[in-house]
Amino acid sequence: MSDAEHDAPLEERIELWRSYLSRRQAISPVDVAELEDHLREQVATLVEAGLDDDEAFLVAVKRLGALDALSREFAREYSERLWKQLVIASPESDERKAGARRDAFVAFGLAVLAALLVKTPALFGVDFDGQAGFYARNASFFALPLLTGYFVWKRRVDTTTVRWLAAGFVAAAVFANAFPFAEAGHTETLTALHLPIALWLAVGVAYAGGRWRQVAGRMDFVRFSGELFIYYVLIGLGGALLMGFMAMIFSAIGIDVEPIFESWLLPCGAAAGVIVASWLVEAKQSVIENMAPVLTRLFTPLFAVALIAFLGTALVTGRGVDVDRDVLIAFDLLLVVVLGLLLYSVSARDPEAPPGFFDVLQFVLVISALAADAVALWAIASRITEFGFTPNRVAALGENIILLANLGWSAVLYARFMRGRGTFAALERWQTDYLYVYAGWAAIVVVAFPPLFGYV
Amino acid sequence: MEINKDLVAASSTPIVLAILAEEDSYGYAILQRVRELSGGRLEWTDGMLYPVLHRLGRLGYVESRWEVAESGRRRKYYRITERGLTQLAEEREQWQAVDATLRGIWHMRSRPFSAAFRTSAIVQPQGA
Repeated sequence: MSDAEHDAPLEERIELWRSYLSRRQAISPVDVAELEDHLREQVATLVEAGLDDDEAFLVAVKRLGALDALSREFAREYSERLWKQLVIASPESDERKAGARRDAFVAFGLAVLAALLVKTPALFGVDFDGQAGFYARNASFFALPLLTGYFVWKRRVDTTTVRWLAAGFVAAAVFANAFPFAEAGHTETLTALHLPIALWLAVGVAYAGGRWRQVAGRMDFVRFSGELFIYYVLIGLGGALLMGFMAMIFSAIGIDVEPIFESWLLPCGAAAGVIVASWLVEAKQSVIENMAPVLTRLFTPLFAVALIAFLGTALVTGRGVDVDRDVLIAFDLLLVVVLGLLLYSVSARDPEAPPGFFDVLQFVLVISALAADAVALWAIASRITEFGFTPNRVAALGENIILLANLGWSAVLYARFMRGRGTFAALERWQTDYLYVYAGWAAIVVVAFPPLFGYV
Repeated sequence: MEINKDLVAASSTPIVLAILAEEDSYGYAILQRVRELSGGRLEWTDGMLYPVLHRLGRLGYVESRWEVAESGRRRKYYRITERGLTQLAEEREQWQAVDATLRGIWHMRSRPFSAAFRTSAIVQPQGA
């Protein structure tokens, strides 16, 4: 490159090429820098061979490959960068807009349907006050089949899978309603709590479309679940605000609207909210995609500090864990939170990045959670016989063991990764494979617990 | 002769690992080496090398670092890891098995024709 004046257009062209490349979601700035280095070296070689700048640039760009093909290759390798746009950019923006509008119509249609579905049993004389148990057991069926249907439609899931999903829902409906549950019994509550967890796997299969068998596909579903949770909470807060306002202004004219809230707004809104939130996650991903990872980054250190403080205090004061009926559930929830923090930092992490400070922090969090849970389990194990095995306790204990196993092995994989003896991908695979275990256990609780414990 | 896409894709891992086993390198130089070694018969679209390199990185077969090259530009170098070397040895065995199988087949095929088409029988094993 002899002539500085001659270089200017080349620099401009490279700049332009770089800006095109940067717009591709699948290609990160670091990759752009790497490709730019390649391009420049290629140009330099070609110029040396006698081509002029223009020719050299064109040949070099051609050799790198068409942008679409290139970003598709990157997308295949980095699905996490692209999960915001599962459909790899169809350039016709009009078509995409039409698609987005159609999605919105279908989603809102399904949301209205979910709201109506909530009120359908009342038409047949099953009302909320009289038969709360029926509603609790069947809560999943107001929204989840519709949500699954939405993804089946959107991802064009093949018919064999659809049949399996339908069979799953039918079987779930049978197990939820065929058992002669005792009025407001424990097993009924357990079914109500565990059925959504088991059925969530069906939603995942539909969500991932054909990619369920891939780690990346299941990881996308984990991300989706986290973002959905955040959206749902936000919508719920908004709804509570709205209801509060309405209650206030209506009471100003002497009308009590609370019964309407209880029988209409709250249950219908809760079911429709699931669909609307799911649609929002899909449609607005680029707006909020970083929400779960940011919250994770914020709370990982705080939870780690809290847990270490707990362990330190327990150790110094020598206080044993006070075993009462809720302690196991409290520790289950603790493990769920820690697992959530782990899962969302895993899902948002660049798997190639070397171990850093945050990984150490994450590792400390997992280890301290394991230690705290071990303390609690120890206290419970020594007194389990005098408590007896009620369905609640067995379910809580099972969950504790499942979570403990997950976190324990995660800690091993994390340690290996930090010492350079394993890859981060191994941890991702472990977490995504483990999804089956949660659903499996939830299914066992729903199917086997009621007859095992006599429907109490 | 153009080598078909699937074959290019399948062979990319052992080729890249083998080149990195020689010495640490970067994208452009790896591609030059591929051209050199294959006598220009293996045509890779340049950009496609990078997703391959990154996949190998994710699997822990190679490590990367940024260095400032003599031109003053930042350049990403790749180095093969212990795991990468193990993987290379394994890939080597697999490819040798494939190669041995194919050689056997070429040999058998060439036999019945050998009397009638002596010339083609001599040429075929070379092409294999």
